[in-house]
Amino acid sequence: MPSPRYWRAIPSRLRLEAVRCRSCENVVYPSRRICPHCHGTEWDPAELSRTGEVVTSTIVHIAPDDFAMEAPYVLALIETPEGARLMLQVTDCDPEDIGPGTAVNLEFRRIRAEGNSGILCYGFKAVPAG
Amino acid sequence: MAGIVGYGAFIPRHRIRSEEIARQWGKDAAAIRRGLVLEEKSVPGLDEDTITISVEAARDAIERSGIDPLRIGAVYIGSESHPYAVKPSGTVLIDALGIGPEVHVADFEFACKAGTEAMFVALCLVESGRVEYALGIGADTSQGAPNDALEFSASAGGAAYIFGAKDLLVDVLETYSYTSDTPDFWRREGRFYPRHGGRFTGEPAYFKHVLSATRGILKKTGMDPQDFKYAVFHMPNGKFPQQAAKQLGFTKEQIETGLVVVKMGNTYSGSSPTGLAAVLDVADPGDKILLTSFGSGAGSDSFVLQATDLLPERRVTGRKVWSMLDTPVRYVTYGEYAKLREKIILND
Repeated sequence: MPSPRYWRAIPSRLRLEAVRCRSCENVVYPSRRICPHCHGTEWDPAELSRTGEVVTSTIVHIAPDDFAMEAPYVLALIETPEGARLMLQVTDCDPEDIGPGTAVNLEFRRIRAEGNSGILCYGFKAVPAG
Repeated sequence: MAGIVGYGAFIPRHRIRSEEIARQWGKDAAAIRRGLVLEEKSVPGLDEDTITISVEAARDAIERSGIDPLRIGAVYIGSESHPYAVKPSGTVLIDALGIGPEVHVADFEFACKAGTEAMFVALCLVESGRVEYALGIGADTSQGAPNDALEFSASAGGAAYIFGAKDLLVDVLETYSYTSDTPDFWRREGRFYPRHGGRFTGEPAYFKHVLSATRGILKKTGMDPQDFKYAVFHMPNGKFPQQAAKQLGFTKEQIETGLVVVKMGNTYSGSSPTGLAAVLDVADPGDKILLTSFGSGAGSDSFVLQATDLLPERRVTGRKVWSMLDTPVRYVTYGEYAKLREKIILND
């Protein structure tokens, strides 16, 4: 990911900044112009909890180059208590142990490195709770 | 008076046992356990580094402090494993935690005492009135060369402390530093692993500075070892801090709560700060705590601290150090450890 593109996403990637639709009150992550639930266009900032639950997940065995060392790993759709849904990697786990309903905490992690000399990209991953 | 208004710690979940490292290199595991007093150590995941550990520790510190992160006017991270050679670790942290941009940020390095160095400067900025709150962090993903004694201890973790002037969880009653040019351990620019002087790291380095700094602060405050409920000394292994405590007149009971090295290993800049966090997890109001760090090269910072009535109610949130050390952990083989520590050379 080019540095400027990573930089533009810092509020959502590094702080999990989400938005709440003023019309239907659904929380959406990342922020967007039109509410996917009611097509509303007015938003308030919303803060996401650092906890969630797996909605669905898959195990990646053939990973992109930057993630090859981490394979096999879990990618999961996580729902936070606010109702926002995030696609996150699940780490510090045995992939077979992760499935719908798994409670997770969200932790700050290094997402990827741009090769051996590029920038380091940070964000959140899920880890099994408890 | 200034002091600690929030604290937090973070330790990665991967562990490797001393026996597993000894097995790899044909060494006597029992002798290692006996000599270094190390059972196991933490290992960072591929996605963990000084920045991620610092953010997680500081998040708990902010939550326990109850302050608005925007009021933090200075952020210092002490480490000898900053992920970038040129680009601050602290800038990622402030944007992750909603601090700044009106904030002074710097990365510190002084071998294993960079953490207390950051804490000292943060404290002094608050005492001077220059900033309202300041954050000092010690964190590392420590390096140790394969088949070196350091490989049994070099681990990952850290702790974060927010200093302020009101609503203190811990008073800082006094500080004292003792420093000299002592080449006991070093890593040259561009080198992957540190080098050390073997037994030279003991008497003229660790013990000279730890004992001198501790005796200095005891003299400065007019206090005796028996005045303290707890004491934390830098933990390069399990043996040195116990020997230092004994020579200074501290008992086993005074140091055992903060002696996290046996299960965590040496987290370098995060070592004594994490030991202090373990003590704050259980200290009662009024308890006095001695903290003495050590950084090769070499120097020690000593702090005399006293828990306040506010500490028990504020530490209810956040992760406890011994809870992170005991469960849940994931044990790795030496092969997995070599992969996680990126000791294996791969093709581009």
